[in-house]
Amino acid sequence: MELLVASALGLLTSAGIYLMLRQRTFPVIVGLTLLSYAVNVFIFAAGRLVTNMPPIIDKYAAGYTDPLPQALVLTAIVISFGMTAVIVIMALGAFLEAGHDKIDMTDKDESANPAEGTK
Amino acid sequence: MMSHWIIAPVVLPAIMGALIVLLMRHDLLLQRIFSLAATLALIAIATALLIAASNEGPEMYRLGNWPAPFGIVLMLDRLSAMMVMLTAVLAVAVQLYAIGTGWDARGRHFHALFQFQLMGICGAFLTGDAFNLFVFFEVLLIASYGLMIHGGGKNRLRAGVQYIAFNLVGSSLFLFALATVYSVTGTLNIADLAVKVPLLPEGDAGLFRVAAVMLMLVFAIKGALVPLQFWLPGTYANAPGVVAALFAVMTKIGAYAMIRFGVMVLPPDSPAMGSLIADLLLPSAIATLIIGAIGVLGASTLSRLAAFAAIASMGTLFLAISAFTPAATAAGLYYMVHSTFAGAALFLITDLVISRRAHDRLDHALPPIAQSGLISALFMLSAIATAGMPPLSGFIGKLLVMDALRAQAALIWPVILGTSLLMILGMARAGSTLFWKAHASAPTEAPTHRPEGLAFVAVFGLLGALIVWTVMAGPITTWLEATAVALHDPSAYIAANALPPLPQEVK
Repeated sequence: MELLVASALGLLTSAGIYLMLRQRTFPVIVGLTLLSYAVNVFIFAAGRLVTNMPPIIDKYAAGYTDPLPQALVLTAIVISFGMTAVIVIMALGAFLEAGHDKIDMTDKDESANPAEGTK
Repeated sequence: MMSHWIIAPVVLPAIMGALIVLLMRHDLLLQRIFSLAATLALIAIATALLIAASNEGPEMYRLGNWPAPFGIVLMLDRLSAMMVMLTAVLAVAVQLYAIGTGWDARGRHFHALFQFQLMGICGAFLTGDAFNLFVFFEVLLIASYGLMIHGGGKNRLRAGVQYIAFNLVGSSLFLFALATVYSVTGTLNIADLAVKVPLLPEGDAGLFRVAAVMLMLVFAIKGALVPLQFWLPGTYANAPGVVAALFAVMTKIGAYAMIRFGVMVLPPDSPAMGSLIADLLLPSAIATLIIGAIGVLGASTLSRLAAFAAIASMGTLFLAISAFTPAATAAGLYYMVHSTFAGAALFLITDLVISRRAHDRLDHALPPIAQSGLISALFMLSAIATAGMPPLSGFIGKLLVMDALRAQAALIWPVILGTSLLMILGMARAGSTLFWKAHASAPTEAPTHRPEGLAFVAVFGLLGALIVWTVMAGPITTWLEATAVALHDPSAYIAANALPPLPQEVK
């Protein structure tokens, strides 16, 4: 099971990083999402992998799994979900304002006065 | 004992932010009054906390009343109280400026986002738990995303996407680091980590070093340390000036976390770490300082100049941190407060110039702006402070840093002095293009602009804070030295956490 989880993590992370290095916002966002999935699995695995063990106190339990990473991973999922929503909206806004979804800002764009706003 | 007041800097902005969104979203005047009142109350609370922390030592606050390290705790000590105070003072100045110039009317929810931003910053300074630090980082980041695109516009949105993407990568890295730390040590409480890291078995040290370096990378992203500084110039130059001024304290959060973890949890004398962090930090701090100074000299616009000045100041600060001695840490703390006020003042003055000029490009002169004399004098003062020339506190700060780093003088002194010269040249070039050569081109008509009294009050307030910081340098450095000594010997901080005794080794 360790091998399966570890290779899934590696696959997710490398795919995420590859996509993050693209030049358009959409693949970058998908890459960031894959990376956050990888991180969630990784946090979960940080509490050691066991099967069929309860995280809360149980009279009949033979042993326990670490409950804290499960709480951490819930927090991380909520936060990364919210952050992904923000960047999607922001990228959409940038796409509508600029007319394209390139990540790079060329010198010509940046030198324009930000106070002037659009076009 | 401060008991419940410790959580007030987090709860007060949280409640105020929610109230502003829910009840006052249609009335800007009410928003301004309540938001300013909340920030002034934050100063009062921070003052009380600062006095308590300097008289009584570190104090713990249990969130949910679970004992550490199982529950999450907030920790008040001299450093966190000082940082909350710094945030509150800066926030009042920024808020006065936003109200005075009407920046808060150019988009919706400025004051609500501002309060949530303060909540995140204060929480990050007060927390005693590494995962909770991550949560507060996200709170302050999500508010900063909103503030950064305040007012809208193509470039601001596009720079905003870059800023968010960069920080999302940083957050993922933070989570990877925290999960690794947890899997090695079994705890995320900062004091508990400080106890358990030196006791790590030989085999776990390697894994822990990986986690520690990832953690430091995250703080380096926040602190804009080369080679992770790329997000800063674009973000700060495209953000509204008033928001960039508030962001002056955001890079300091990276430095704060670096001090908190580097000095307390991962000190160079810890067998698990060795001098690894210091060895990585020193060259990148030098590179940060040099790149920042060259950026100041070569900046094409005034807002990019201010952004690169912020990078250079982080370089000096990280140089001081990288020595990991009490004297250097104290010097770094002095310089950190100075550079926050100086950087914020520079961003506000930049905004004053931009609002009066067609653009803020530095490659050709334009006719004089309205209130040219006053603004140029303010620019002169903040340039002196930023470049570190006497008589302002930047000079004292750099002097303290150089004195504390005497052991590596041959390497560090030429860098600090040379970059100061570059920054003076850059500032002088910018100032002469903006204010001096302006008189050579024939003015068509006398320029006019709204008087904006409150905005000038804010800038004068920040520069006044710098003058106080200069005049009171003696008592302040004594206080900071005690703070640094407490950081380097965290026994009181650990004792305040009331951790359970370590289980005896069973063989």
